[in-house]
Amino acid sequence: MEFYWSLLTLFGFRILLGLSAYVVLLTGQISMAQAGFYAIGAYTAGAASAIWGWPIVPAIVFGALVGGVFGFLVGFPALRVRGLFLVIATLAFTEIVRMVFLNLKYTIRAGDRTIGPSGAEGFRGITHYFQNGWSSLQIVAFTWAFVLLVLALFWLVDRSRAGAVLRAVGEDELAASSVGISLTAVKVSAMTAGGFVAGLAGALYAHYATYVSQEDFGVLLATFAIAYALIGGTGSVLGPIAGVLFFSLLIDGLRFLGDWRNLLFGVLIILMMNLRPHGIVDVGLVRRLQRLRSPRRTAHARD
Amino acid sequence: MLATERLTKHFGGVKAVQAVDLAVGEREILGLIGPNGSGKSTIVNLVTGVFPPTAGRVRFRDRDITGLAPHRVLAAGIGRTFQNIRLFGSLTVWQNLWVAAPPRGHDGGPRLARWLSGDRVRLRAIEATLDSCRLLEKKDELARNLGFGEQRRLELARVLAAEPALLLLDEPAAGMNAAEIEDLRQRILALRERGKTIVLIEHHMELVMGVADRVAVLNFGEKIAEGPPAAVQESERVREAYLGTRRDRSRRA
Repeated sequence: MEFYWSLLTLFGFRILLGLSAYVVLLTGQISMAQAGFYAIGAYTAGAASAIWGWPIVPAIVFGALVGGVFGFLVGFPALRVRGLFLVIATLAFTEIVRMVFLNLKYTIRAGDRTIGPSGAEGFRGITHYFQNGWSSLQIVAFTWAFVLLVLALFWLVDRSRAGAVLRAVGEDELAASSVGISLTAVKVSAMTAGGFVAGLAGALYAHYATYVSQEDFGVLLATFAIAYALIGGTGSVLGPIAGVLFFSLLIDGLRFLGDWRNLLFGVLIILMMNLRPHGIVDVGLVRRLQRLRSPRRTAHARD
Repeated sequence: MLATERLTKHFGGVKAVQAVDLAVGEREILGLIGPNGSGKSTIVNLVTGVFPPTAGRVRFRDRDITGLAPHRVLAAGIGRTFQNIRLFGSLTVWQNLWVAAPPRGHDGGPRLARWLSGDRVRLRAIEATLDSCRLLEKKDELARNLGFGEQRRLELARVLAAEPALLLLDEPAAGMNAAEIEDLRQRILALRERGKTIVLIEHHMELVMGVADRVAVLNFGEKIAEGPPAAVQESERVREAYLGTRRDRSRRA
């Protein structure tokens, strides 16, 4: 059972990470900065609870907020570039964050243990859960409380005018601005929300893992964030969930194949992109689901 | 109402628009014609802030709007359509209008109250606009699944949802058949009846000459003629540049 609880907890982090890429992707921005925000959330929330002794909820929220602030800051220069250039620029951000944490030394002694980020050795001693004797079930429940909250929020935004505006910008920036949408406001807001959610994911992850290191927050994590949202589909918030399930089942479910796993992994991704080029949960699927739910009147938010 | 003053745009060595003065009065319909590449769409893009002019000013209602971002130009009261239709294909017809900026102060009251009440006035206005463009039955269709004529009507409906005072229509009749063009003609006249000012950029001579109060002619980025449709049609220079020597007025239809 323990194994399944920790798998479920991991799903939580991945779904949050996927959602953070999803909201940015809706506006047409492909961002590799999510890994950087995730790292920032992990280190700041870890510092808040393990070094400064904050209670757990404020520490987690603080990590998310700092992630959001960096999302806001990255949002402005990101306005000036798009496509591949944005990918490179945001990847540079993630690498800068990594280099900062690689060189950051800020530790305290607690008895015979060293707590805090210690350069290349990483950040040890984020042990709030264990000091307080949390069971695996409690950790799952705590993590998923945040996941469900964010999912509910995103669900509401998607149904509101704001959701339609995000998609409008993602689809055609010129047309969107010509009907009065401020590209700056929309894209920076999306990046801020993405930074917040990625920071939240990192903060939760750090407390689950008790030890984080900058090397976990590189290109691979950034790529997965985008892949969850892209393969999962951007038709609805169910997309990133589908993406996480797809990848997690591949990663953990194909272990019995040994070295062949990576090969099959690649083949399946290519196959997936051919079968469902707009992701598993694309706009068409979302509309079919809506029709099933209300056969006479397909839903937009209100009538 | 709208005035361009020596509006100029160079793209590298190409003089796309060269010191063009245009003036449009309240509730007027100005036809803007000229051969392909004569700078018509560039003028629309300059006025709506898609890119800044190399030189010259744009004034709207005694306000200098030169170089404002497109969404601010719309907020000032200028809306546009695109030569190649640019809809939000993955949004529904209804959502395409919903995302267009709500006109400011359309029903008063604080934002929060409007939001809580579901902004009913706004929603009714959207439905009315859809109805007037014969799109109400299609409101839950994805925009990309509409037919060509419907997409053209939706693009017009979308910009009307933002309730601009002045409309720049960039070749709205392109690809339309005779019946659709007649429909468009009546729509344009009806918009003027409702108090809109319209700049009509069009290749279809019959349409322009039929609805415009005044026509301005561009060639190689310069304004070569301006005046009432009949006078412009008779001008030698215009005929040479654009209409050709043939009498066939609708050759580009």
